Parts: sequence; structure tokens; C-alpha cells
Amino acid sequence: MVLGSYKTAICARAADPGILAKSQDGGIVTQLFAFALEEGIIDGAVVAGPGDEPFKPEPIVATTVAELLEARGTRYTICPNMSMIKEATRTYGLDKVGIVGTPCQIQALRKAQLYPMGMRSVPDKIALAVGIFCMENFPYQGLETMVEDLCNVKMESAVKMDIGKGKFSVYTERGAVSQIPLKLTHKFEQGGCHVCLDYVANLADVSTGSVGTPDGWSTVFVRTKVGEDVWGRAIGAGYFETKDIADVKPGLDLVTKLANEKISKNQKTLEERATFGVNKGLRNPYL
Amino acid sequence: MGLLSYLKEIFTGKQDAPEAPVAPAAPAAPTKVEVPQPAEAKPAQTPADVKVEQKPEETKMEELPVADKITIGHVHMSGCTGCLVSLADNYEGLFALLDNYADLVYCLTLADVRDIPKMDVALVEGSVCINDHHSVEDIKKARENATIVVALGACAAYGNVTRFARGGQWNQPQHESYLPIGDLIDVDLYLPACPPSKESIRNVAVMAYLLLKGTDEQKELAAAYLKPLMDLAARGVEACGCDLMVDVINQGLCMGCGTCVAACPVRAIDMVYGKPNIDREMCIKCGVCYAQCPRSFFNFDVINQFEAIGEAIDAAMGKGGE
Ligand SMILES: Cc1cc2nc3c(=O)[nH]c(=O)nc-3n(C[C@H](O)[C@H](O)[C@H](O)COP(=O)(O)OP(=O)(O)OC[C@H]3O[C@@H](n4cnc5c(N)ncnc54)[C@H](O)[C@@H]3O)c2cc1C
Ligand code: SF4
Ligand code: SF4
Ligand code: SF4
Repeated sequence: MVLGSYKTAICARAADPGILAKSQDGGIVTQLFAFALEEGIIDGAVVAGPGDEPFKPEPIVATTVAELLEARGTRYTICPNMSMIKEATRTYGLDKVGIVGTPCQIQALRKAQLYPMGMRSVPDKIALAVGIFCMENFPYQGLETMVEDLCNVKMESAVKMDIGKGKFSVYTERGAVSQIPLKLTHKFEQGGCHVCLDYVANLADVSTGSVGTPDGWSTVFVRTKVGEDVWGRAIGAGYFETKDIADVKPGLDLVTKLANEKISKNQKTLEERATFGVNKGLRNPYL
Repeated sequence: MGLLSYLKEIFTGKQDAPEAPVAPAAPAAPTKVEVPQPAEAKPAQTPADVKVEQKPEETKMEELPVADKITIGHVHMSGCTGCLVSLADNYEGLFALLDNYADLVYCLTLADVRDIPKMDVALVEGSVCINDHHSVEDIKKARENATIVVALGACAAYGNVTRFARGGQWNQPQHESYLPIGDLIDVDLYLPACPPSKESIRNVAVMAYLLLKGTDEQKELAAAYLKPLMDLAARGVEACGCDLMVDVINQGLCMGCGTCVAACPVRAIDMVYGKPNIDREMCIKCGVCYAQCPRSFFNFDVINQFEAIGEAIDAAMGKGGE
């Protein structure tokens, strides 16, 4: 069960073309939060807002659809969304909080709910946790090197980046695309990703990513009762177009394959860490 | 029947399997229980495969085995009473705890008992002033009389702000040296933070109840839940924001989630180059950043079951079943 437990898997995209326009894939994250905000399911959501430098996000607590729209699109660098989780409940005073995060951030969130030592007023106020698939992430300086040195694109002129089909691609405002083989990016990955055992945000209420479905669409896993309820209501209200995941190519087989690859590679890293030195190993957080 | 159906059953008073009930033998005085350790260290990857039961929950508190409550005491050492306030902050949840699961047999603030009695769980708040022989006697008495000793909060666990004490304060200027309780007695588990959140105290109280009074399977779940907190106790009495550097970043484990930033009670942490940076002048040595970090411990066997455990705790508190 490398894909975690889920109730349904769907191919979907946002029905609102305005949302879809600058989204990374099917606009699932932004559309779902916008719906949840309008319906009062959440009072706000922690998302990766714009930062001081291009493609360097800062976590924000978005309480309007406009702020959600500002946060669309993947930035392939660290955005410590969990750092705002207590701000959301304590400073912003939200009772029903949404949060988007990579699998590790959703893991952090669930630990924070079950072992909330330093998380006063957080555990009972999480109303919707949306996870995004994640193979690896890059420190900002690594991303900059990939984009500026390897792809030869100025960070300021990039409008979108994505990873797919074995390539890292940068799209510029002039419509050019600059690509490098993913292989060249591996050395810039952050080390902490190499012990990560979750590809598809197994612990989210709803998780989504591009892999498995055609361009412009997203693969969606609906996992928990909370997720099922929100997703069901959003579908009922016509917020998403959907297709049967069994009918789309490459489908869940590819998601499963990539999940297996990631997990077994990182399991191996964990094993190697155990005997890293001479009769001394590196710490394993899962034991 | 799975762990969680057992767990829910005890909270909802519902029995849908004939073999369920365990005869709860209430010991008059607590005997030293073997704290069951979860079997083998699980392989790191344990996929989330818990089947969540969909049946609506009834919350029939009157059917709970009220006679078989555990006994809890709050032992006040040199702390600010913030940890106790945090416990009390559970409001109606506190009453649910006291009505159904635990008798508060000792608590200088809330219970009229002078001497530390026998009890199942001692929640110790504060560090021990070694210049005050009463405190030293009390902490030893607490160890002697309690089956499980919990360091409730950062002062008991790590010294926290009392590490910075220099004496000279009215009206006991000679009180100048304070030690985490683990320097003087064996401690079974830590619940760090300044103060530990009300929700974390609630969760640990419920799990302590299951550990002492539950079925074998409930004991197993509770032991698995409590294990990382026992490991923290075994890890030692020193904590600092530096733990993030030493045991997370330097070990190649940090992935920049920012949880430590949110957990720090004095905002001593910010993110620099995608990793936490500690303002060491600000740090009060509470230890919660490390404890809360998903890369200090992450036990899949428990956390994968977050949804069902959350529901069970809600049911225990009388909130479940909408
Ligand atoms: C580092 C990283 C690696 C990824 N790897 C994969 C992969 O291997 N396979 C795959 O299928 N999908 C991957 N994704 C997910 C994918 O790129 C899209 O983010 C996802 O499909 C959501 O698209 P959307 O159109 O639904 O979201 P949108 O509506 O565009 O919204 C995206 C949301 O993600 C948030 N976000 C953006 N960047 C970050 C960040 N760095 N950290 C936290 N939140 C962020 C934004 O705040 C926004 O709310 C990755 C994402 C990231 C951030
Ligand atoms: S690979 Fe894992 S640790 Fe790294 S950013 Fe993605 S989810 Fe987090
Ligand atoms: S909580 Fe742990 S993994 Fe997350 S940023 Fe802090 S040190 Fe890194
Ligand atoms: S950095 Fe903050 S959370 Fe960490 S030990 Fe110091 S005071 Fe506590």
C-alpha cells in the first residue's frame, strides 16, 4: 500500500477556468480551498504565498480567494508551511484551518495533532489538510543554480517550472521552454528528502499531484471522512470536472511505480545510514 | 476485533463482539505494572492501512467502567503552575477525564490532600530545588508512590527557565540550584513544552488509562503511543534549540517543514536557507522544538492511525458521534 489508504482515486480538474489558468496542474488545491472558504468549511488556509524573490515562497495564512490565487503554482523549493500553523489558530484566531503541504509537512501536521506538546489550539482546528505529491525538494540556492546556470534562464523571467517525463522544465515569459534531464538536478536535492517514505501524502484528507493523469488534469486521492465530505460537496456543487481514473493514461500504475521507486530508494538510504561509520550509524527517526 | 474497535468500545460503552469484556481487576494499591513495550522495532515503512469504522458512534458515558478509574496526582515542584493551568484548560474535557477515567488523588491546588499518596500516575510539574529539602523528599516520595512518573512540562523534564536561576529571590534567597527531576529519580515519560498543550495532556491521560486499565490490545496501542515519550525520557535531561542542529540538521534529517518554528514558545526559531536557525540567547531550553519535529521521532504504526485515534479521543471526551 505505497499509495496509503484512500476511499477513491479520481482524475479531476477545476471547473473554473480562472483558477485553472495559473495553477500548476488541475488547480485542485486552489479550487478546493476556494470552495471550502466560500462554504465556511475553513476560515483560511496555510499556503505557499509569494516571497521577496521569484519562485521563493513564504508561507501565508490566506483568508480570501484572492490570496489563494496568489499562491497558485508549484515552487520547487522549501516553503515551511507548518511554521504558520499555530499563527493561523492563535494569531489569526481561525477555528477551521486548511493547510496544503508536501507529504513530510502533512506527516508533521498529523504528529502535531497526535502529539501536540507545543501545538496548543492546533489539533482540534484542522479542518482540511491537502497534500501534494512529492518526489524531492530543493533548497532555494539549488533551484537557482538549476534554473540560472543549467537552464540558462533568469529567475525573474521564469513563469512556471515543472518536473515530468524525466525532465525539469522552465517556462519563460516569452514562451520559451528550457529543459534539462532530471538526472542533473539530483545533486541539488535537499538531504532530508532522502529518508522520506511518502510520495503521495498518505496522511492528508485529500492528496493530489500531476502524475498519472494527462496534462492540465490531476490525480486526486480522497482519503479521510473529512476529505470525502468536502470533496463530495465540491463535486455536488459542480466545482470540478472529473474522469474515471481507470480510463486515463498512464493512470495509477505510474503513480504506484514512482511511489515504489521513491520508497525503496529511500529505504535503502536508511539502511545505509545505519552503518554509515565504523560501528556507528546515523539516526533513524522512524525507530 | 482490531485495536481501534476495542479502543472505541471502551469509550462508547458499546460492545459488538461477544468476546470483548476484560474483567477489570482494580488493584487497591497500585502494583508496579510492567509497561509493555511494543514488540519489535517496526520496519520503517508501515503504510497507512487502517480500516476506519464507519458506524455512527454513540457516546454513552454512563456505561463506562467508572469504578475502575486510574488515580492521578499532580506533584508541584519548582514550576509556575502553567502546566496545571494547561491541564485545567481542558474545561469540560477535564470533567470528562475526572468523571470517567481518573481520580485526582493529589494536587495541592485542586485537591485537599497534604501528603503524597499512592497513585497510578504522578504528573510532576517543575524542577527540583536541591536547596530545599522538602522538594527533594517530595520528589523521592512521588517516585516511591507512583507507578508511572510523568515529567509534565519542560521544567520537570529539562529544567527549562529554572536552568537560568541564580538565587537571591524573596523570600528564599538561598534557593539557587534547580535540577530536572530525571537527575534525581527515574522518569517514565516526558511530556515536554512550556507548557505542554492541554490537548497533549488529554491524549496522554487517555493513553495512560488504556495502558493501566485496558485490554491487552489497548495496552499495546497505548504503549506504542507512549513509547516515543518514554524514549524522550530515556534520552536525557538536557534540551536546547541546539538539538535541532545536533540531532536533526547535522544528521541530515531536516526537510524544512517549519514545525519547530511554530512549536517554540518564545519565537527563538526562524528559517534560514530552509532550515531552522536558533536565536540561542532567546532559547529557554524547553525541548519542544525537538520533540515536535517530525524527524526527531515519527512512529508510523501510531501516526498512520491518526483518524481513528482522533475519533476515539473525541469519543472519550464526549465529543464524538456527530
Ligand atoms: C517540491 C514539490 C515536488 C513535487 N513533486 C511532485 C511529483 O513528483 N509528482 C507529482 O505528481 N506532483 C508533484 N508535486 C505537486 C505538483 O507540482 C502540484 O503542486 C500539485 O499537482 C498541485 O497542483 P494544483 O494545480 O492542484 O495546485 P495549485 O492550484 O496550483 O496550487 C498549488 C498549491 O501548492 C502550494 N505550494 C506550492 N509550492 C509549494 C511548496 N514548495 N511547498 C508547499 N506548498 C507549495 C501552493 O501554495 C498552492 O496552494 C510537487 C510539488 C512540490 C511543491
Ligand atoms: S521528498 Fe519528502 S521530505 Fe522531501 S520535500 Fe518531498 S515530502 Fe518532504
Ligand atoms: S521541525 Fe524538524 S524537520 Fe521540520 S524544519 Fe524543524 S528541524 Fe527541520
Ligand atoms: S528553541 Fe524554542 S522550542 Fe527549542 S528549546 Fe529553545 S525555547 Fe524551546
